[in-house]
Amino acid sequence: MSDQFQGIEPMVYNSKINVPYSWWAGDTASKFYLTLRDEKKIIGTKCGACNKVFLPPRKVCPSCFTENTQWVNVSDEGTVITFTVARRQFASIPHDKKLPVIWGLIKLDGADTAMLHYLDEIKPENVTIGMRVKAVFSEGRKGTIRDISHFKPV
Amino acid sequence: MDRAAIIGVGTTKIEKCKVGETFADMAWEAVNKALSDAGMSIDDIDNVVTTSSDFWDGRTISCMAVGDASGAAHKNISCVEGDGTYGAFYGMTRSLSGSYKTTLVTGHSKGSQSVSSLITNSAFDPIYERALGMDMVTACAMQAKSYMHRTKTTPEQLARVSVKNHGNALKNPLSQLPMKITVKDVLESEMIADPLHKLDCSPISDGCAAVIIAHESIAANFKQKPVWIKGVSFCADSFFFGDRDLSRARSLTEAAKKAYAMAGIKNPKKEIDVVELYDAFTYQELMWLEEMGLADDSMAGKLLEKGEFNIDGRLPVNASGGLLSGHPVIAAGLYSMAAVVRQIRGDAGGFQVKKAKTGLVHGVNGLGGQSHCVFILDKDK
Amino acid sequence: MAKRVAIVGTGQTFHKSHRPDVNGQELINEAVLRALTDADLKMKDIDAIVIGNMDHFEGINYVDCWSVDGSGGTMKPIIKLTTGGTTGCTVAIGGYHLVGSGMFDRVLIIGWEKNSESDTTGAITTAFDPVWDRLVFAGAISGLAAEAQAYIARYGASERDGARVSVRDRKHAMNNPHAQLRKEVSLEEVLASPMLADPIHLLDVCPRSDGACAVIMASEDVAEKICPKPDWIWGTAARHSYSYLGDDDYGRLTSMREGSQELWKKAGIKEPRKELDVIELYQPYSFGGLIWIEDMGIVGPGEAPRYIWDGNTDMGGELPINPSGGVIATNPIGATGLIRCAEAAMQVMGKAEGRQVPDVNFAFSSGFGGCWWTDMILHGKKKPK
Repeated sequence: MSDQFQGIEPMVYNSKINVPYSWWAGDTASKFYLTLRDEKKIIGTKCGACNKVFLPPRKVCPSCFTENTQWVNVSDEGTVITFTVARRQFASIPHDKKLPVIWGLIKLDGADTAMLHYLDEIKPENVTIGMRVKAVFSEGRKGTIRDISHFKPV
Repeated sequence: MDRAAIIGVGTTKIEKCKVGETFADMAWEAVNKALSDAGMSIDDIDNVVTTSSDFWDGRTISCMAVGDASGAAHKNISCVEGDGTYGAFYGMTRSLSGSYKTTLVTGHSKGSQSVSSLITNSAFDPIYERALGMDMVTACAMQAKSYMHRTKTTPEQLARVSVKNHGNALKNPLSQLPMKITVKDVLESEMIADPLHKLDCSPISDGCAAVIIAHESIAANFKQKPVWIKGVSFCADSFFFGDRDLSRARSLTEAAKKAYAMAGIKNPKKEIDVVELYDAFTYQELMWLEEMGLADDSMAGKLLEKGEFNIDGRLPVNASGGLLSGHPVIAAGLYSMAAVVRQIRGDAGGFQVKKAKTGLVHGVNGLGGQSHCVFILDKDK
Repeated sequence: MAKRVAIVGTGQTFHKSHRPDVNGQELINEAVLRALTDADLKMKDIDAIVIGNMDHFEGINYVDCWSVDGSGGTMKPIIKLTTGGTTGCTVAIGGYHLVGSGMFDRVLIIGWEKNSESDTTGAITTAFDPVWDRLVFAGAISGLAAEAQAYIARYGASERDGARVSVRDRKHAMNNPHAQLRKEVSLEEVLASPMLADPIHLLDVCPRSDGACAVIMASEDVAEKICPKPDWIWGTAARHSYSYLGDDDYGRLTSMREGSQELWKKAGIKEPRKELDVIELYQPYSFGGLIWIEDMGIVGPGEAPRYIWDGNTDMGGELPINPSGGVIATNPIGATGLIRCAEAAMQVMGKAEGRQVPDVNFAFSSGFGGCWWTDMILHGKKKPK
């Protein structure tokens, strides 16, 4: 098959597929984000059967498969479970974040699951698993995950 | 339950960029190779399962690109979105459910045609996580950190996986990155995302693989001695990283347990002869070996240092060079499957291991190894 | 030994154009809980899950992995199948093989879509080959319009014939509390509605919906213990032949013809018009309801308009089509094919509430999508041999 194409330069078309999205957050996530935006408070949902507190909040408990109707306050302080540091400007990294970018899985006091967010105000080499961190809220909050700016060491 | 066997495999070379080929061209090559390997014509194929990803291909209904080239024009066809091992699982059930006797399973991707970081970023939840800008590499780096913290596995031990696998690839003509490197080379390569250096990571690749799975009643009718699927299972963990213990892969442990049970394997460390597992990153080889019971907890790094998993070791792992030497996503699991099939047949050429009666094929789906699929293949039924 | 397979429970959401109160996982969960309740099973009874949607409608990669909180897939085997518009039927067929192989006794099948979250046309356009077709392709409607024009030219049909199909389905939807569009339309209203692409008017075509559907299939070893009168799967077929827009024979749905011929042969159906009792046809636009029942062999080429005008496919007629209101009343694309399957199953099981066709022995459900693809399933009251 290759012989008949000798001398023919393969063509490459560059394009982007343009599929815009707007995701419905749903009532559960909406309540979480409105509370974050307006009250600078972090809340999670609690399963009535197994008593687990979920962050991010879940409408349905994934283990018990029953609806979580209770909301509980979760502390804005917690423990770093694990982390990583980006040393390359991956295409997925938001443009306003400059290298090195540190993400951590943070278990906030009062929650049974950890949440993903940025760690900042700390040098990458000083981040340790098990360290205590505290949420720093953004000035201009719009009801997104970046209403929390990052977590800083306490 | 009836049994199924793999009676043909075909794979394209894995390359950084197959600029002159479309998805269909790759499928055509892999499918024809598989048919020729099996001594079959396309008419002997009762139905087709393609494995592809709309995201990786940048195409809704990505299976449309390869259907005709896979000989599916007037046949029943379906498409799995996930690693090739999942496609093979579904293909196997189609050969066992009474409707069809032979199923052709293909898997393809052209990593060169896309921006992988954005594609894998889309696997993150759009409401709670995606805006933070993580992708597969940073997600796995986070898992590597967690695994290394719990098991005290060292960066040198991770580097050894890269040295071994790239070195194995020197014997595999279809591999993208055969390389003779040292631990020092790996540790001095660019740090991509702590703790993963560039040589700890698999490359971006293009490739297509095909396997033919047949019902036991006709599996022996063709050119090759059938390679039997004795056990198989797959399982998914929780989605949010914070719901999981990232240093563990409980869904792999579960899938392996069920696959071993189905295959009648009581002592996998002794009874498995050869393994091709999903080493998208170096730490994964060590972590998956432990989580599927082929190495004791926290011991895989040490066993690797002793040469246990070398091509001439007690349990050769990724003798083909693994995904570190060439990683066309989606197709990956089928490449691993083809490698084990060849080992069991005694056909693996330069990377043939000495004893290969029972082999394990492993594939992964989702971020940070959320979902795993384990096949146990055997020379005997 | 391969196992015979039956549907033992179904569930679906109340489909709407927008569901702002739930995110995707929560939408899925609603349908799943309803199906479990219908089958009187718990999540722990489910051995494996098959899920499908069209990725670019929700912008989520590895949906099987992402869905687990809602689909119940945590620590279970979960696999994603997707084939475009045919997805809903494809996942049902997937469940059928997973159970039929003997690997699993009870499989949960989920189809879902939140079409409100994306640009439907923008996403559909990416289905087509970027080098040959995509730049000239103008969304799904134009392709369908080309088919309708070809049929009209070949057989002398008219816009009114298409409109009559819309009228039927929108009337049927009045009996279905789950349907999105529950307002009858008259022939004149259809013909007066804005022309989208000649000859397709706005009211000839399906809406976009947010919705989910779940179906539970079980092997013969356990099906009758779960549900005394389950819906037995007699056979499945699929054809996804064409990859470029110019490949097809416009005016005839080859995939429907080939697939249905295979299905009738496998199931021993000699005269589908007589032997089928109800059809849930994946009919995204009205003219499809004329063309494709001919390709199925219900009536001969060009005969569908007369057959339909005579009322044969209305409720109470010889062979009711789309008692649920069909796709023209509800279309969450990844779910739509599965909704057809669920509705057909409900007909066989006698659970179709206000839209029940009496004495159903055989029901047919189909999926349509991609480049003129068709998937189909034959459902039956009796256990197949």
